[in-house]
Amino acid sequence: MGGMVTAIALPDLLKKMGFPRLIITGFLLVLFIMTPFVGANLPIQITNIINRFSWNAVLVLAMVPMIHSGCGLNFGLPLGILAGLLGGTLSIQFGFSGPMSFVMAVILATPFAVLFGGGYGTLLNKIKGGEMMIATYVGFSAISFMCMMWLLLPYTSPTMVWGLSGSGLRPTISLDGFYNQVLAGFLHIKIGSIEIPTGSLLVFALLAFGIWAFLHTKTGTAMTAVGSNPTFARAAGINVDRTRTLSVIMSTWLGAMGILMYQQGFGFLQLYNAPNNMTMPTVAAILIGGASVNKASIPNVIIGTILFQGMVTMTPTVMNSIIHMDMSEVIRVIVSQGMILYALTRKTEGLK
Amino acid sequence: MSRKNNSPAGKRVLELVRGNAVPIMFIIICAIFIPLSGFSPSYLINEIVTRMGRNLFLVLCLLFPIMAGMGLNFAMTLGAMAAEIAIIFTADWQIWGIPGVVLAMILSIPFSILLGWLCGNLLNMAKGREMITSYIMNFFITGWYQLVVLYMMGSIIPIIHSSIKLPRGYGIRNTVSLLNMRQCLDDLLAIRVKGVKIPVLTFLLIGLLCLFIVWFRRTKLGQDMRAVGQDMQVARDAGIKVERTRVLSIVMSTVFAGFGMVIYLQNIGNLPAYTGHSQIGMFCIAALLVGGASVEKATIGNAFLGVVLFHLMFIVAPAAGGVITGDSMVGEYFRVFLSYGVITLALIMYETKKRMAKSKAGQELAEAQAKEEAAQ
Repeated sequence: MGGMVTAIALPDLLKKMGFPRLIITGFLLVLFIMTPFVGANLPIQITNIINRFSWNAVLVLAMVPMIHSGCGLNFGLPLGILAGLLGGTLSIQFGFSGPMSFVMAVILATPFAVLFGGGYGTLLNKIKGGEMMIATYVGFSAISFMCMMWLLLPYTSPTMVWGLSGSGLRPTISLDGFYNQVLAGFLHIKIGSIEIPTGSLLVFALLAFGIWAFLHTKTGTAMTAVGSNPTFARAAGINVDRTRTLSVIMSTWLGAMGILMYQQGFGFLQLYNAPNNMTMPTVAAILIGGASVNKASIPNVIIGTILFQGMVTMTPTVMNSIIHMDMSEVIRVIVSQGMILYALTRKTEGLK
Repeated sequence: MSRKNNSPAGKRVLELVRGNAVPIMFIIICAIFIPLSGFSPSYLINEIVTRMGRNLFLVLCLLFPIMAGMGLNFAMTLGAMAAEIAIIFTADWQIWGIPGVVLAMILSIPFSILLGWLCGNLLNMAKGREMITSYIMNFFITGWYQLVVLYMMGSIIPIIHSSIKLPRGYGIRNTVSLLNMRQCLDDLLAIRVKGVKIPVLTFLLIGLLCLFIVWFRRTKLGQDMRAVGQDMQVARDAGIKVERTRVLSIVMSTVFAGFGMVIYLQNIGNLPAYTGHSQIGMFCIAALLVGGASVEKATIGNAFLGVVLFHLMFIVAPAAGGVITGDSMVGEYFRVFLSYGVITLALIMYETKKRMAKSKAGQELAEAQAKEEAAQ
């Protein structure tokens, strides 16, 4: 399915997409073509890509509101992730299980996301122009602060705390019996050996449609105006700071939602320094999808996630079969960071 | 720090406190933590002296890009990587001791220049967001570094000794022992004062770099750099080649970072081939900021004070955290939190100040215009 979407979008993309995107798409196509020849199982690969798409798409979607309002790439994604982790752990702590634990995790994460997003948005309004660097470090500080909190907060649920001391959360918590696969299992479709986690995809579609619809409301249009030309927006009577804060809150909430979606697919809740590893791939994914530092759309999210996750899943198997070296991790780092560098060094209008 | 103004003493003290909030905060933290940690003074002094020798050179190399107004050079890790590649070769050729250190320094120069030149040119394409770009640059080059060291060394690039290769036959081991190079700089000319080992030669090298920085500030290029740092447009109008000056500042920073990394590694005594450089940038930047530097202004004094305070905190925090909360991991996380926190704070202060200056300049311009109109 991934290949089909790429193929359909290709002619249209070719006009707009830059050199690096061309390379990545080409690279992925070559991988797809080579899959049968090197003896890798194509349906399993496709299932993997669809699965990974369903885990990561919402996180990538979390980039959209902030890019729209001109806050740049959301390197502060860890804040949203932390809100999601708080929601997830609290839901388990309060003894919810099964699908209910997912619903409660979302509900419990929401106030944290609004709180973090509100504070973070207010901060970003004070430092317009330097958002990305500060966002990165706000994320780091928040993660290391929460590292202390995971140890100190009075969690007691035996599924989460260290068995020996009875306090302090473990770095990895299994979600079996809680919200592991609750969405993926919903309306699960199996065609041949290709499996589709319909529920997860539906939730993503719902959220993506929500954002798309929001961006076409009056507030959403105002947000785009703020992002493309703040001076003009102010002249038009839009409260720039409030619109920006709203976009940050939305991004943070989507980040929280995104990590919960990721966990329900992945089956584990990862604490401590784990959120550090989520930001760069997410930022890279939306850029690969055709977004720039101040422009992003829902198709960018979808294409970017498919391309990036396609690369992540296909490289190890195919490359391994050809040269017997697992270079996938290194290739992933070079491609994703290179993509971010490319976006940062483009001359973009609307620099304040 | 030494502001010449004629305001009353109380106001001056207040200004001093406000201007140096971060160092003062760290002095207070250290003052609370040292007794709690229970370390003896001689142990602490010994550790601090060792760490000063190890880190100061690296911290000082951050001063050049700040001079040129390019902010904190997160890409100083490029120099560290260049040095690591140089050290791998020297270790493979079995050249140890002082000759090994000197050779590693010389070998690192071409790599540093190449990487620095690349980085400088990229940063010229991303004016106004140098810091985030240099930060990403560091990850990007780390990827290439891994490709070279993990896959190409031993398979394409000849590596003679299997002792530094991974068992599979190519790629460098996670830790390369530098036992025969360990502290050879530090031990040469070292003197002991009451059980505290002072690595005189290392400090001499650091002193030389300080002298170089002081001298460099007065040269034509140094003046140009400061002019570019003040205002790029004005500098360009004055006939300074802005782009070239900026690239040079990054290249210099990278080359010196390479030297600093060699000094650092000979002190540590082994080379963590894949993790050695990853934290260097963050720790050096945090140390410089703790010393009272800001994104646009940093002095040699900031570097010295910063290294002492930051590493003092770093040594005592786990033990003190263990005493306070009963869990030494909390202290461990606390010190990481503080290092990130101080960078965050410095960045926020820099951006707010920049905005305030901008709006002030705008207001002044508007006033001047109003006056002009009134005069006509």
